[in-house]
Amino acid sequence: MLDVLTNVPDPEIPVISVVDLGIIRSVESSPPAVLLTPTYSGCPATLVIEQAVRSALDSAGFRDVGIRTVLSPPWTTDWISDAGREKLRAYGIAPPPQGAAMSSLRNKEAAACPRCGSTETHEVSRFGSTPCKALWQCESCLEPFDRFKCH
Amino acid sequence: MDHAVISRETHAAFLVGLGDDALILGQRLSEWCGHAPTVEVDLSLANLGLDLIGQGTLLLSRAAEIENAGRDADALAFFRDELDFRNSLLVEQPNGDFARTITRQFLFSTFQNLFYGALTASADTELAAIAAKAVKETDYHAGLAREWVIRLGDGTEESRRRTIDGLDWNWRFIGELFTNDAVDEAMINAQIGVDRTALRAPFDTVMAETLKEATLDVPAQHRPVSGGRQGKHSEHLGHLLAVMQHIPRSFPDARW
Repeated sequence: MLDVLTNVPDPEIPVISVVDLGIIRSVESSPPAVLLTPTYSGCPATLVIEQAVRSALDSAGFRDVGIRTVLSPPWTTDWISDAGREKLRAYGIAPPPQGAAMSSLRNKEAAACPRCGSTETHEVSRFGSTPCKALWQCESCLEPFDRFKCH
Repeated sequence: MDHAVISRETHAAFLVGLGDDALILGQRLSEWCGHAPTVEVDLSLANLGLDLIGQGTLLLSRAAEIENAGRDADALAFFRDELDFRNSLLVEQPNGDFARTITRQFLFSTFQNLFYGALTASADTELAAIAAKAVKETDYHAGLAREWVIRLGDGTEESRRRTIDGLDWNWRFIGELFTNDAVDEAMINAQIGVDRTALRAPFDTVMAETLKEATLDVPAQHRPVSGGRQGKHSEHLGHLLAVMQHIPRSFPDARW
C-alpha cells in the first residue's frame, strides 16, 4: 500500500508525494488502514489529500482500507524526507532546515536561494501563495522564491 | 494526582468557547480579503483567518465528539444562534481601519499564543495535540501583528493616531480574556484547562515591551467590558453570523 501512496502527489506542490511530505503517519495491515496527519490547522488541501489517497488505493485494488486522521503528535516540517527536501529545492521552493521546527515559525534565519544557492536573501512577504510558504527574494540572482515555513 | 471528574457538558462547553474565539476572529479577518491596503497585507490577513478557521474546526470537532449528541463542527458553527456563541467580545469587534484590526490581532494573538502554549500540557491529549500545532501558528500571528504595531505606532502622524485609536477601542475587552469562569475552574481542576489569570503577567510584559518600541503608551485601564463568554454579545456578532450562516441555513443539505 505504501508503494501506491508514494505516487500520490501533494495537491498544492505536486512534485512531492504525500509520503515524502510526512503526512502519511503509518499504514496498518489488519484491519487495513492509512493514518494521515494534517499539516497546518487550516490547510485547505487536507480534504483533497484524503480523497486523492482514497482514489489511488481504489485504483490499485485496495478497496477496503480505512483512512483515519491522527492529530497527535502534530506534524512538523522535520518529517519531510531528505528526498522530499531535495525535490522542493529543485522545484524552486527553499525547504525548511532539518531540526528547525522547534524554533517556531518566526525563524529569522536567511534562506538559501533554491536557484543559485546564495544566502543573500530577504523576506518579501510573511505569507505567500499557500499557508505553508513565505515569499522571499534572492539579492544575488534577484529571483523571487517561495520558502517553506518551519512548522 | 487524581483528575477531578468532569461532565461531558462542561468539557464540551470549554472546547466550544475556544473554538468560537478562533472561528469568529477567522470570519472577521476574512472580511479583509480583497480589501486590504496592499497585496502583502491581504495575503497575511487571509492566511491568519485561514489558520484560525482551521483551529476553530479542530476545536469544534473535538467539542462535538465530547458532546456526543450527533452534531459535528459544521452544525456547531452554522446552526447555533447568537446567544449560544461563547467567544469573547474582543474577537467579534468590527474591523474598523487596518490599525484597529492589527491592534486587535496583536492583543488577541498574544493572549491566544500564551493560552495554547499552556494548553499543550492538557490532560485531554487530543486537545493538547491541537494546541501543539496551533501554538506555532499563533506565534507567527503575534509576531506579525507586533511588527505592524511598531511600524504604525512609530510611523507617520496619521498611522500613530490611528494605532492609538485602535488600541483604545480594543483595550476595553482584554479583561475578559484573563478571567476564569465556572467552566474554566472545573477544567483547571481536571487538568484539562488553563488558568487564564496566570497569563496576564506575561501578556503585560509583551505589551510593555512592544508599545515602548512603538513609542506608544500602554492604555489606561478602562472598566473592562465582558459578557461574550456568557453569551452576552455586542450587536456586531449577529451581523457577522448572518453573513457566515446564511448559505448553510438556506441550503441545509447542500454539498460541494
